[in-house]
Amino acid sequence: MTTAEIAPPVRHRRRRSGGAGSAFVGFLGELLITAGLVLGLFVAWQLWWTDVEAEQLQVTLSESLDAELPDSPAVVAEPQLDQPPPVAEAPLDATTFARLWVPRWDSGDDPYRRTISEGTDRATVLDVLGIGHYTDTAMPGEVGNFALAGHRQSHGKPFYDIPTLEVGDDLVVETAEAWYVYKVTDSLIVSPSQTEVIAANPSDPTAPPTAATITLTTCHPLFSTRERYIVHGTLDSWVPRDAGRPAELGGEA
Amino acid sequence: MYGAIWRVLPGPTWLKAIEALILALAVVAALFLWVFPAVAPLLPFDQQTVE
Repeated sequence: MTTAEIAPPVRHRRRRSGGAGSAFVGFLGELLITAGLVLGLFVAWQLWWTDVEAEQLQVTLSESLDAELPDSPAVVAEPQLDQPPPVAEAPLDATTFARLWVPRWDSGDDPYRRTISEGTDRATVLDVLGIGHYTDTAMPGEVGNFALAGHRQSHGKPFYDIPTLEVGDDLVVETAEAWYVYKVTDSLIVSPSQTEVIAANPSDPTAPPTAATITLTTCHPLFSTRERYIVHGTLDSWVPRDAGRPAELGGEA
Repeated sequence: MYGAIWRVLPGPTWLKAIEALILALAVVAALFLWVFPAVAPLLPFDQQTVE
C-alpha cells in the first residue's frame, strides 16, 4: 500500500523532468526533418513541376500565337536570298511575338516549336512564357544580333538539347511577317559576364553589325549556373509568310 | 509539433489520419503554387542569361 502510493509520483516526476528536455529535442528534430522535406520538395518542384506547368502554358501560348499570326500556306516556298527581309518593331515587354523551330530537336513526328516572348526577366518571361528575347537586341531578320535566352533545365527547358546543335543546323524563326532561316555557325561556353556574345556583331563586339545573326544563351553545365552555353547563327534565307513555309521545316513542295 | 497537431485533430483515429493527409497535401500545394515560385527567382539556382 505504501509503496504503491509512493511509486506513482516518482514515475510521474521522472516522466515530467525527462519531458521538458526531450520535448525540446523532439521539437528540434521535427523542425530539421521538416526542413529536409521542404528542400526535397523544392528540388521536385524545380525539376519536375515547373516543366509540367510550362508545358501546359506553352500549349495555350502556342494556340493564341497561331490565332494572332496571319495564315501561312502549308506549301514549301521559294527561299528569298537577295532582298532584305521585313523587320518588325520590337514588341512590348512579355509579349509573345514569334516562334522558334529547330528541326534538330524534333522528336519523331512532333516538331520542336516554342514561342518567343519579349524580355529576359525571369519572373515574367523566362520562368513562365519560355524563350525570351533580350530587349534592345535586333529583331528577326534585322542586321544585328537577335539574341534569345531560355532555360536549360526546369520551366519547360526549351534549350535542354543545345549541345546537340552542329554547324549548319537550321534555326527557323517564325513571325507575323516571315519565316527567317538561320544556320548555326558556332557554339561556345563562356562565363555569365561575357555579354559580348549578344553584342550586335558577336564576331567583333566593337564593330558595327554587318549581318543578321541569331544567338541562343542558356546555362551550362547541367545542374549548375557556373557558365553559359552559347550558339551563334547567321541568316541564310527567308520566306514571306503569305508565300508558304521554308523547305527546312519539311512538308510537301 | 506533429504530436500536438495529431492531438488537436478531432475524431477517431481513422478520421485523424485522413485529416492529417489533407493537411499535408494542402501544405505541399501551398509550397508548389505560391512559396516556391516566389522564392525561386531569388535563389542562384538557375540562370540562363548573360548579364
